[in-house]
This record gives sequence, structure tokens and C-alpha cells, in this order.
Amino acid sequence: MDVLDLARLQYALTTIYHFFFVPVSIGLVLFVAIMETLYVVKKDENYKKMAKFWGKLFLINFAVGVVTGILQEFQFGMNWSDYSRFVGDVFGAPLAIEALFAFFLESTFIGLWIFGWDKLSKKVHLACIWLVVVGTTLSAFWILTANSFMQQPVGFSVQNGRAEMNDFLALITNPQLIYEFPHTVFGAYLTGAFVVAGICAIKMLGKKDAHLFKSSFSIAIVIGLISSLGVAFSGHSQAQHLVETQPMKMAAAEGIWETTPDKAPWALISGINVDGQKNSFELNLPIPGLLSYLSYGEFNGAVTGMKELNAQYNQQYGQGDYIPPVKTTFWSFRFMVASGGLLILLSLYGTYMALRRRVDKAPRWYWHCMKWAIALPFIANTSGWIMTEVGRQPWTVFGLMTTADSVSPNVSSGSVLFSIITFTAVYTLLGGVMVYLFVKEIKKGPSGEKEGLEQPHDPFEKEVAHVS
Amino acid sequence: MSLSELWFILVAVLFIGFFFLEGFDFGVGMATRLLAKNDTEKRMLINSIGPFWDGNEVWLLTAGGAMFAAFPNWYATLFSGFYIPLVVLLLALIARGVAFEFRGKVGSDSWRKAWDISIFLGSFLPPFLLGVVFATLMKGMPIDGDMQMHAGFFDVVNPYSVVAGLSVVCLCIVHGLMFASLRTEGALRLRARELARKWLIPLAVLLVVLAALTFVSTDAFQTRGVILAIMAVVGAAAFVLAGYFMKQGREGWAFGMTGTVIALAVAAVFVALFPRVMVSSLGSAFDLTVYNAASGNYSLKVMTIVALSLLPFVLAYQIWSYFVFHKRIHEKTHLEY
Ligand code: HEM
Repeated sequence: MDVLDLARLQYALTTIYHFFFVPVSIGLVLFVAIMETLYVVKKDENYKKMAKFWGKLFLINFAVGVVTGILQEFQFGMNWSDYSRFVGDVFGAPLAIEALFAFFLESTFIGLWIFGWDKLSKKVHLACIWLVVVGTTLSAFWILTANSFMQQPVGFSVQNGRAEMNDFLALITNPQLIYEFPHTVFGAYLTGAFVVAGICAIKMLGKKDAHLFKSSFSIAIVIGLISSLGVAFSGHSQAQHLVETQPMKMAAAEGIWETTPDKAPWALISGINVDGQKNSFELNLPIPGLLSYLSYGEFNGAVTGMKELNAQYNQQYGQGDYIPPVKTTFWSFRFMVASGGLLILLSLYGTYMALRRRVDKAPRWYWHCMKWAIALPFIANTSGWIMTEVGRQPWTVFGLMTTADSVSPNVSSGSVLFSIITFTAVYTLLGGVMVYLFVKEIKKGPSGEKEGLEQPHDPFEKEVAHVS
Repeated sequence: MSLSELWFILVAVLFIGFFFLEGFDFGVGMATRLLAKNDTEKRMLINSIGPFWDGNEVWLLTAGGAMFAAFPNWYATLFSGFYIPLVVLLLALIARGVAFEFRGKVGSDSWRKAWDISIFLGSFLPPFLLGVVFATLMKGMPIDGDMQMHAGFFDVVNPYSVVAGLSVVCLCIVHGLMFASLRTEGALRLRARELARKWLIPLAVLLVVLAALTFVSTDAFQTRGVILAIMAVVGAAAFVLAGYFMKQGREGWAFGMTGTVIALAVAAVFVALFPRVMVSSLGSAFDLTVYNAASGNYSLKVMTIVALSLLPFVLAYQIWSYFVFHKRIHEKTHLEY
């Protein structure tokens, strides 16, 4: 493998890994804030217990998110230095603002929250966790501003051989961002909600502490329903936006080689044949014009195929192959949407039970489903990003700079290989430790068990013991 | 003053802030091995920086982000040029960051030992590597006409850079020990102060050698002799005062003085560099400067407005957090980590 392939592999590995933790942090901290708000408003110690319990999981997760995030910021300069030179003028600004605006807020107020339980008044302490919520959301906004520029470059002109910013407002009101930001943030809330609901499900199956987890489940599943619908609607609009701005990505996501007739059918699955530039089969749903509807909001309208688009791009950008890896784009889109569908169904049923106050009567199969459903938002997030980034190939900045031109020219493949190997080793270890700690904390539960009290090294245990 | 010059100063300020703040928590991290006698003391040390270390590290991230936004060429050349040292730096920061959070979560000895090693290495390697990088920036690296740096092993690792790295480590140790004596109570507090005094001697030796090597290996004293000489004198005075205040038991003042030495040392690097940001050993025509590495004017203007309106708030709430946790930690304090 050459430097380019290795650098891409490293980017994929480290970013996918990092994005396991990011949405959990964004989603969980919101939940912790809600629990603590209930504690402060209702003065019920059980909510404090729950806020601390979810808070502990949040902190374990957040630690891994932070340290893997540092690497993200360094990686642009290390592996993609020509990219950094070319777009730094535009792309660097949101990254710097993210650090200044969001990272300081998060890190300082998390410190205050962890160590401030008996140093701050209840209300100030509560304000701290809400500021962390604000921080995580701001962080998402700024990094997605940067990413949106790569999907749909705006607010710049090419001068002095590079992209230079000339309209900051355009950058932060990028139409792509208007769709991408809510979609990603809803996705994160959904992830947090299903992590919480899934852990509640495990507790419901085990019966221990079940009463403490009932209210957590009810709140989580409502957040889950709202955000799963939010993801679906924003995703649908985003797809329509893509048809206009990156039609090649959308055509690949739908496996459309030839431009469709006016009433375009939608295929549930297709057999993608990349070499032959056609599909070996298409399993169309019997709704005429469904793809037209998904693309334009009405049951009419031809969707341009990849072959025609490629011919167009050859005219516009010069000779080359502008078709992204179609199979990856096609299947990742389907994995995301299918997960989304399942998440909506599970949320609907759970919300129904919660609203009728019959959570403890929910059948065991539902709890088993919810336990396994923890995986779904991770599948959706990962495949969503794979679709977004792989579907944009061969570009790093659409229409402006290719991935091949972005890589560092002065870095050897040995160096990149060294970093891939060491980071993969460390990340694997971290992942293992994290799962181990998660399981341990979940088993221990919010009340803490005997086992916990014998461990003077776990500070929270002593606290909880005081409380109960 | 042009905007790119202003941003050079801002990047310098961010690095000074970083080394001043994270400097002491690196030092406290190393003190868990050098000072603590038992697990309680280790935990007291870790808890003394518990609320702060993450916020301190953000200064480095912000400095990196500011370089990216304001000097894309500097960011690109430096980060791709120092590839392997940065990989090691990242691994160290990763190991250290999770260690604080994970260490107290399981009761077994081997578990804690493993994270203790992470904390020590994670607190030793970053200041060492950053010292190496900054020294070689001043000395000059093989940077060609396309602003690409092609460094060999001995360009990065040589007597000058190693002495610089060790000096930064030693500075952090003294600074961190003073922080520990400022934030703890009882025997630990006194021992931290005593140990800080002992470390002043190797630190003095290292700093003198570093200054001499800087004189020989770089053009710093030729180009900025007067200012650097003044800074060196002020730094030496702060150093002596630090020792005096340690002896007197005035920990706050002593900590202020070790901080002053750190701030001056970092500032000196930027004074010596200006208007260059990276020196090329292949000829001064290839130097990266504040002018040829910078972003366009519009971008810098936006960044200036954003930075100057946000920085006061950041400083305000960070200072507030130090105020909230001003109480000393003693053996019976409830420890979170
Ligand atoms: C339910 C139907 C869904 C639809 C129609 C949908 C649609 C889309 C589309 C079209 C994109 C590509 C955007 C681009 O390239 O610019 C995308 C990306 C993405 N999706 Fe979905 N999605 C759905 C569900 C989900 C779910 C359930 C999650 C996570 C829990 C999710 C997370 C993401 C993420 C993280 C991205 C990458 C960021 C972005 O470009 O917005 N999606 N989605």
C-alpha cells in the first residue's frame, strides 16, 4: 500500500473509532443534565443517584472521546498536509473556534461538575452540567461547519493557489450544514437514548434496581422517539439536498447507473456490478415514482445516473473517474436507513408503554430487543459517515481538491504504518478496558453493591453509601 | 502591526498559557512517582489536578487550531515534518488522559500500577518531546523550497534538542511540585516543597547548558541578543526568588516564580524566532515566516474578532474554577479519583 492508501485507512479507522464515543457523550450528557434537573426540581434523592450513575458512564466514555479527538486535530497536518495548506485558510477557522468555544467550556465545566458536588450550590452545579451540554453541541456545530465545507464549499475564493475565506457568514449558514447539523445531533441524542434504554432493559431483565431504571427508561425512550423521527426527517431533506449538490453521491447511494425514467422506482436492494456499470438485479418496491419522491418530494422526475454524471464531470473537471465506490456507498446508506427504521419502531412501542405507565409490564422479548438495539445507532452513525465521506470520493473538497492531491508528500509509508499499528493497538486496548469498565459499573448499578464497599478506591461508592 | 504578527503573538500566548498550566499538571503527574510514598498520596496528587488538567490540555489544542487557522503552512510543515515525535506525543497524551479517569475504578494493585505507568510516561514524554520540537524549530530543519520538511533522525534528536527536552521536563517537575505543595496539606505539602528545592539544582545546570547551546546552535543571540539577555536576567532572578520563597515556605510566591521562568522560556523561543516561524537549515530563503505562512487577511480578521471576544470569558471561567477548588487537599478529604 502506498502513503495515500495508508493515510486513508488511518483516517477511516481513527475517525470511525472516535465517532463511537462522540455521539454517546453528546447523548448521555443531555440525559445526565435532565436527571439532575429532576433532582433539583423534585428534590428526590433517587434522581441524584441516577444522575451520578449515568454521569459515571458518561465520564468513562468522555475520557476516551477526548483523547481520541486530540489525534483528529493533529491528523490533518500529519497525514494531509497539502490539504491543510490548500484549505487551512477556510477550514482551520472552525477547528480553532471549536477549541476556543467548545473544548474549553466542556473541559472546565466537567471538572467543576465532577469535583463540585459539595463545593457548589445545587443550582450552580446543575448549571455546570447544562453548560457541558451546550459545549458538546457547539463542538458538533463547529466541526460540522468544517465538514460541510468539504461537502459543499462556500464562502471562499481560490487565490494565491489556495482556497481563501471571503464570507464567514456563508460558511456557518452553509445549506449543507443546515441539514447535516440537525441530522448528526439527532443521531447523537438517539444514540444516547438507546444506550440508556438498553442498559435499562438489561436491568429490567435482571430485576435488580428495576424501580430506579423505570423512570430513566421512560425519559430515554421519549427522547429516542423524538430523535429517531428527527433523524428520519432531516435525513430525508438531506438526501433531497444531495440530489442537487452532490448528485453523484446520491446516485451511488441508490445504485442508479443509467438516468431513470420520469417515474423513478425505488429499489430496496440491488446487485451492484461495478465492472459492468450495471445492476445484476433490482428489487423494486411496487410504488411507482418512489425514488422521484425521495429525491424531489413529488412522484415525478428523472434521477440522473452515474454514467451521465461521470460524462458531465469529465467535461467540467477534466478526464478522470468520478464515480465513488458504489457498493460501499449503496450498502452503507441502506444500513443507516434500516437501522433508523428499526429504531423508530422500538421507540414507538416503548413510548406507548411508557405513556400508559406500563413499563414494568413490557414483555421480555422487548427488553431483549432493546438490549441488542444498543448496537443499532452505532451501525447507523458509522454507516452514515461512511456514506458521506466515501460517497464524496474522489474529492476531499467537492469539486475543488481530490483526495490524492491532499496527502502529505513528505511522509513515508513506513511512518504512517507505524502510527496505524501503534494507534490500532492502543485503541483496541482502550476499547477493551472501556467495555470492561462499562459492564462493571452497570453491574454495580446506582445503589452500589457489597462488592463496591470493599473497594475504598472507588470514591463514588462511599458517597452513595452515605446517601442510602 | 499586521494581523499575521498579532496572530504570531496570540499563538505564543497560547503556548505560554499551555506550558504554564499543563506544565504543573505534567509535573504533578511525574510527582506521583517521584514524591508519593503510598497510594493515598498518589491519589491526593492526582486529585489536586483533577478538576484542571483537561482544561489545561485544551490550551494545546487551541494553540494547534490557531496555527492551523492563522498559519496553515506552519501547521502543515510542522505536523507532517515531526511525524514520529507527534505520534509518540499523541500516544502519551492518550495514555495519560484515560489513566486519570480509569485508575480509581478497579481495586486491584496491578490495575493501578498499569495506570501509574501511563500517568508517569504520559506526563514525562509530552514536555520532553515538545522541548525537542521547539529547540529544533529554532536550530533549523531541512525545509525545501516547497515548504516541505524532510528530517532525519539526527535532525530531531541531537544534544541540543535533548537538553532542551530535559530542561522542559525539569521545569515542569519543579513547577508541579510547587503546585502540589500549594494544593495539599500535611506531610505531603512539606515534602513537595523540599523536593522542589532539590530539583532546582539539576534544573539550574540544565538551563545554563541550554542557554550556552542556544548560543552556539542557533542565531538567537545574534539577532535578538539584547532582548534575550534581558529575559535571561529576569528569568535568573525569578529562579533565585523561587528558591528563596521555597525556603521561606511562601508557596504561592514560589509557584508564581517557577511559572515566570516557564513563561519567559517559552516567550524566548518566540522572540528568537520572529518573524520566522520555522527556520530552514537549507537557506534562509526557505524559512517559513509570519508572512509567507499566514492565512489571508479576511480570515485573520474573522479569527481575531472571534478570539478576542471569547478569550476573556474562557479566562474568567477557568480562573473561577481555580477559585472554587482553592481549598487544600488533606488525607481525609473525599477524593474523586
Ligand atoms: C431514517 C432514515 C435516515 C435517512 C433518510 C438518512 C439520510 C442520510 C443521508 C442522505 C446522509 C448523507 C449526507 C451527506 O452525504 O451529506 C446521512 C448521513 C449521516 N447519517 Fe443518516 N439517515 C437516516 C438515519 C440515520 C440514523 C438513525 C443515524 C444515527 C443514529 C444517522 C446518522 C448519520 C450520520 C452520523 C451521518 C453523517 C453526517 C451527515 O452527513 O449528516 N442517520 N444520513
